[in-house]
Amino acid sequence: MIEVEHLTKRYGRTVAVDDLSFSVRPGRVTGFLGPNGAGKSTTMRMILGLDRPTSGAVRIDGKPYRELDRPLTRVGALLDAKWVHPNRSARAHLRWMARTNRLPNRRVDEVLETVGLSGVADRRAGGFSLGMSQRLGIAAALLGDPEILMFDEPVNGLDPEGILWIRQIMQRLASEGRTVLVSSHLLSEMAQTAEELVVIGRGKLIRQCGTAQFVDEASGATIRVRSPQVERLRGALHQQGIEVRDEVVDESPTLVVVGTSSERVGEIAAAQGVVLHELSIQRGSLEQAFLQLTNEAVEYHAHNGATTGNEGTDR
Amino acid sequence: MTLLAVERIKLFSTRSPWWCMVVAVGLTVGFTALMSGFANEQGTVTVGFTQFSYQFGLMVLMVMAVLAVTTEYRFGTIRTTFQTAPNRAAVLTAKALLVAVLAGVVALVAAFLSFGVSDLLATNSDLSLSGADTWRNVAGTGLVAFFAAVLSVAVGILLRQSAAAVTVVLVWPLLVEPLVALIPRIGQDIQAWMPFVAAHQFLFGGQPDSAEAAMMMGMSEVPYGPWAGIAYFGAISVGLFVVALITASRRDA
Repeated sequence: MIEVEHLTKRYGRTVAVDDLSFSVRPGRVTGFLGPNGAGKSTTMRMILGLDRPTSGAVRIDGKPYRELDRPLTRVGALLDAKWVHPNRSARAHLRWMARTNRLPNRRVDEVLETVGLSGVADRRAGGFSLGMSQRLGIAAALLGDPEILMFDEPVNGLDPEGILWIRQIMQRLASEGRTVLVSSHLLSEMAQTAEELVVIGRGKLIRQCGTAQFVDEASGATIRVRSPQVERLRGALHQQGIEVRDEVVDESPTLVVVGTSSERVGEIAAAQGVVLHELSIQRGSLEQAFLQLTNEAVEYHAHNGATTGNEGTDR
Repeated sequence: MTLLAVERIKLFSTRSPWWCMVVAVGLTVGFTALMSGFANEQGTVTVGFTQFSYQFGLMVLMVMAVLAVTTEYRFGTIRTTFQTAPNRAAVLTAKALLVAVLAGVVALVAAFLSFGVSDLLATNSDLSLSGADTWRNVAGTGLVAFFAAVLSVAVGILLRQSAAAVTVVLVWPLLVEPLVALIPRIGQDIQAWMPFVAAHQFLFGGQPDSAEAAMMMGMSEVPYGPWAGIAYFGAISVGLFVVALITASRRDA
């Protein structure tokens, strides 16, 4: 379990991570999604105690990372596959890591076997291809057999075979009941591996929800309803257990309905005698919608909470 | 102990420390052999004379100490290091200790080999390790190398870049300290309190040929004894190392 609480990181006047809070639960792959520069890597470095937060805290099973005893046995991480001395062999790299946490050398051979690097273990890591480096990084993450695993953009630059392998290993790790946090800037990639998503943009949390739900929303399986009797309709939809979000479109209050069909919404409206001005299905490509969310949602969120209904300045 | 073992694996699983150690011994002993060989034709060779070349080895060992930490920053393995062992002060202390002990041992080997080679070549002189002064002169190089390595690791931690840190540890003892004496009126007094001058005073102070040695280093007489010299040198290197530890623990890896 990783708990991130009000995490903020400033570099001079730039805010890389802005009051970010979320939690990562065990037994599933959680995707950490956001465009490049959204603050994913910075957040991951702060989780590992490498960078010091300007404010806020991260707890790993209730403790800050720096207070963990033998941290490799609790958290395994692959942040950058190039963090290896090029003239050191893969085996030597893993051996010193294992020794730091008093893990037996046997573990080194085991993880090399797991990632399929046994044959090249004594070659210098500087000569490895990106795919091999990535495997070595994953071997390092698995070394202490940790409950929590973190991978930063693990499929970046890999060939299809490598991508498939990474997906499989992450899903296997989660099915063993581990906590897996994987970052990516590609929603399509996350849609294939992650069950849950933490979406950030410009250092702020945009949403934490199930991947299916997020994809439904982002890929246009949402229904926009405009009505002069918004309040009654919202109540009726809520009673049916349908999720509803408020939005303001062209200065008129609008409901965005998720996870149901337009027919169903129409029927409910008719049953309640609610007049509809618009009932439309919103469609768009996955990536487009994601871009829109991450680029604009920060603004949108800021306005939404405070001024729904009485504003019409932008959008 | 675990951390020391880890640093040992790290250091010896790359090739450059081996080269540095071989070069350090080779340079020191080789240069001493040349000096003693030619000096033998002109007169007597003293114990102090056999150790004048210690600076060659020392510079190489300091470069080795700097690289032991800057390469970790260069290749990002410092992050892996801090990830596996979040207590940064402990890790860096283990690293400094290992490198310093190694530098000390290598310097000792070079010192005694230098003495032995001179003894063989200087047939006109009667070299012997008798008396505390001569022992300090030869064995003392180990202690000087130990503290010089700690100092170098500290510089490496603070600057994080190989080129910058190597420049500092070479230019400081070889150029800054000798040239500081050229400042009119106060130059000589300042120079007397430079760290490597103090280390030199520890090795050669209180000996018949200490003035000669001082001349070779282009330096002035110093107002303290040999043991005060090494205490001063040690205090500066440990002091700078503590500053480096505090800095490393506070900043982002």
